[in-house]
Amino acid sequence: MIEVNDIHKSFGKSHILKGITTVFEKGKTNLIIGQSGSGKTVFLKCLLGLFSPEEGSIVYDGKAYSSLTENEKRDLRQEMGMVFQGSALFDSMTVEGNVKFPLEMFTKQSNSEMEDRVNTVLARVNLVDAHNKFPAEISGGMQKRVAIARAIVMNPKYLFCDEPNSGLDPKTAILIDDLIKEITEEYNITTIINTHDMNSVMQIGEKILFLKDGLKEWEGTKNEIFKTDNEAVTNFVYSSDLFKKVRQMYIEERN
Amino acid sequence: MNYLASIGSYSIMIVEVFRKPTKWRIMKSLILKEIDELVYGSLGIIIFISFFIGAVVAIQTALNLTSPIIPRSLIGFATRQSVILEFAPTFVSIIMAGKVGSYITSSIGTMRVTEQIDALEVMGVNSLNYLVFPKIIAMLFYPFAIAISMYVGIFGGWLAGVFGGFLTSADFVTGLQTDFVPFHIAYAFIKTLIFAFIIATIPSFHGYYMKGGALEVGKASTTSFVWTSVVIIILNYLLTQLLLG
Repeated sequence: MIEVNDIHKSFGKSHILKGITTVFEKGKTNLIIGQSGSGKTVFLKCLLGLFSPEEGSIVYDGKAYSSLTENEKRDLRQEMGMVFQGSALFDSMTVEGNVKFPLEMFTKQSNSEMEDRVNTVLARVNLVDAHNKFPAEISGGMQKRVAIARAIVMNPKYLFCDEPNSGLDPKTAILIDDLIKEITEEYNITTIINTHDMNSVMQIGEKILFLKDGLKEWEGTKNEIFKTDNEAVTNFVYSSDLFKKVRQMYIEERN
Repeated sequence: MNYLASIGSYSIMIVEVFRKPTKWRIMKSLILKEIDELVYGSLGIIIFISFFIGAVVAIQTALNLTSPIIPRSLIGFATRQSVILEFAPTFVSIIMAGKVGSYITSSIGTMRVTEQIDALEVMGVNSLNYLVFPKIIAMLFYPFAIAISMYVGIFGGWLAGVFGGFLTSADFVTGLQTDFVPFHIAYAFIKTLIFAFIIATIPSFHGYYMKGGALEVGKASTTSFVWTSVVIIILNYLLTQLLLG
């Protein structure tokens, strides 16, 4: 579980996060949504420890990040897995090398133990015959799956995903969403996903946090988001014609 | 003020490079890879340029020796002094600032743009140690390349002088041995080691702290070449004054 208490973050004169308080629960897929420029990425980077908030605290299972020593912070980071928007796979390494990298860096496992673990997680993300390929030789969907495999190879407590569906076709996007949800439940981890994708909200949004101008505008579940009267949320959620029709049908059904 | 801020950031970067070391098993393979790419991979261009510059120095000296009272062995002497004191350590280092420096900036800059550096940081890896330290250690082997440059430069001078009909081989060797000061070799290698550190770190700084996309990677490479060259030229002056002045 991650508790966020009134965090503020500025860059120069730009006040990006203006006091966000929320809780991300364990074993659930928590989604952060909002328009571009709403502070989602900065918020996610604060949760990852890449940015330090000027005010407020972030507490990971009872441990406040700001009170940790450098070594404790490093240990905590090893409990985090991250899937970046562009996958961020190391170009110079093969798929196997990318997934094995955290094990080589932080464990004392033998080569065969590491290979077993790599095979297990690659099989878990349905990638069994790409071990020796380089990131440039595989598709965007496969790159995302390698990034997920790399993120879970150390058995993380926390999984962060920044726009995991960006650049993917709808079918592959659903596969990636389902995979993240299954892994979250299977490993009982706290998963936080930064997304624009309303399909993801409908598919896997167990808890949704809507940010607007650096503030928490709304939070709830995927069922609640369709019933809310919050104008900012409805404008965002029903910005496409498809969702406008869905809402219309919902209102007609309700009446 | 921007320059001062950059010098401050560069100093902080250097301190960070030596903190939280990466596992030796991984670092060893990174260092070997960097030696291959930065030093061994540059030998071809170093040998090619050194040979022809040595030859040109010998020919230029020969063509300017018009007085019959000046011995022809001066061609060997001038070639030796030019190649050992300035051409090999300084001129080759500026060429390396272009070849190796732009490679370092663009490779680290691309990792920044594609969030690979963020990925390292999120994992708890000291990305500066992981990326820059192997380059600094690899560049400790750069003096070997400069030693080869000295040898090939003088060989080029000998070949051009003797086969161009400007002097005999014996005259050239006499010139090479005239007034030889062993400290000049030490001076050249002291300069080389300092330039090696500059070539490894200034381009890394420009790549690591760059912001933007692919276009900015190109701009950062150009900026890093300019600043690496400027620093090499200024340090060359200061070191010459300190060590030989």
